[in-house]
Amino acid sequence: MSTSTVDLHDDPHGDDSVVDDAHHHHQHHFTTMEQQFDTSKIGMWLFLVTEVLTFGGLFVGFGLMQNRYPQEFIEAHEHLQRLAGASNTGILLFSSYTMGMAVFAAKTNQGAKAARYLWVTVGCAAIFMCVKAYEYTHKFEEGLLPGYFYHHKGDLIVGSHGYSTFFSFYFMMTGLHGLHVVIGAILLGWLAIRAKRGEFSHEYYTPVDLIGLFWHLVDLVWIYLFPLYYLIK
Amino acid sequence: MSTHHAHVTDEKAEARSYLLTLLALLFLTVITVGASYIDFGQGNVVIALAIATMKATLVALFFMHLAHDKPVNGLIAVAGFIFLGLFLMFDLLDITTRRDAIPQNLHAPVVQTATPAGAPAVPTAAPAAAPPAGTAPAPGAKKE
Repeated sequence: MSTSTVDLHDDPHGDDSVVDDAHHHHQHHFTTMEQQFDTSKIGMWLFLVTEVLTFGGLFVGFGLMQNRYPQEFIEAHEHLQRLAGASNTGILLFSSYTMGMAVFAAKTNQGAKAARYLWVTVGCAAIFMCVKAYEYTHKFEEGLLPGYFYHHKGDLIVGSHGYSTFFSFYFMMTGLHGLHVVIGAILLGWLAIRAKRGEFSHEYYTPVDLIGLFWHLVDLVWIYLFPLYYLIK
Repeated sequence: MSTHHAHVTDEKAEARSYLLTLLALLFLTVITVGASYIDFGQGNVVIALAIATMKATLVALFFMHLAHDKPVNGLIAVAGFIFLGLFLMFDLLDITTRRDAIPQNLHAPVVQTATPAGAPAVPTAAPAAAPPAGTAPAPGAKKE
């Protein structure tokens, strides 16, 4: 890969990585491991901003429609189970804690401990999705579906598009958030396996740190989703 | 990466800070659920969003390390929220000033009688004004 360029480093591996110390490598366009870490982290934060703006757009849309159909949105939100939402909030907050501890364990050379914390985090994600599945099933049975598919009986304002609009946003936003939880959980499982193998140390724990940031963002989005959907009157 | 040689006391302190953050977040969750059972009128939304923002700040500062991280990461995060704020601001401007687009107003169209005396001569009755027959509706003027 780097054969066409003048190789400034005496690279014993013959690839584009440079030996920083006995075990860890940084890519040849970085000077130090720390510079490489910082660069990765900036990249991750830029990605997280795009996530904030993605969900932000949906939140703004939700706000617009709530303004347009205030009465219907209040009635529709009564169909959401506040207890389920509150439990899921607690579960995600706890998982953010275990995620933080996993990063902490990984950077203090405690691979096995990091793996345990990561698996607990995956477990929290699984419980979260189970609660979500339970809630969704309940909505499906009642015909509380997005847009065109909405066929719930007993609404006070007959013929209004407000109810189906509410559930369009509900399924879109909690669905997109749920997709993030699933992707996050898969990445966390991958990290747990790598941590158990002892691939992370105080010199190199970038993937744990960055996916940790992603996981906290998933928590952060839920922090806004929960009150806006389940609690607003 | 800056704390290569973390001391045992630092480790204890960091673990404890995560635990305290979690407890604060759970406490705020209980508060926000409790507050939702009390009717504050318009205040409910404000309280819910204020508490959510407090929780989000705790997560960003301590779980996401922005409190101790290199400033550039915090700058990126804050910039993201500033742009979201801009988006929201212009959206609110639109909602609060364009009255004729709200369906409730369309249910009872403003009759094209003379505007009340003293009212500003702003054409507020735009939606009710039926276009001449055969006129194609303006693009984007979709109404139900």
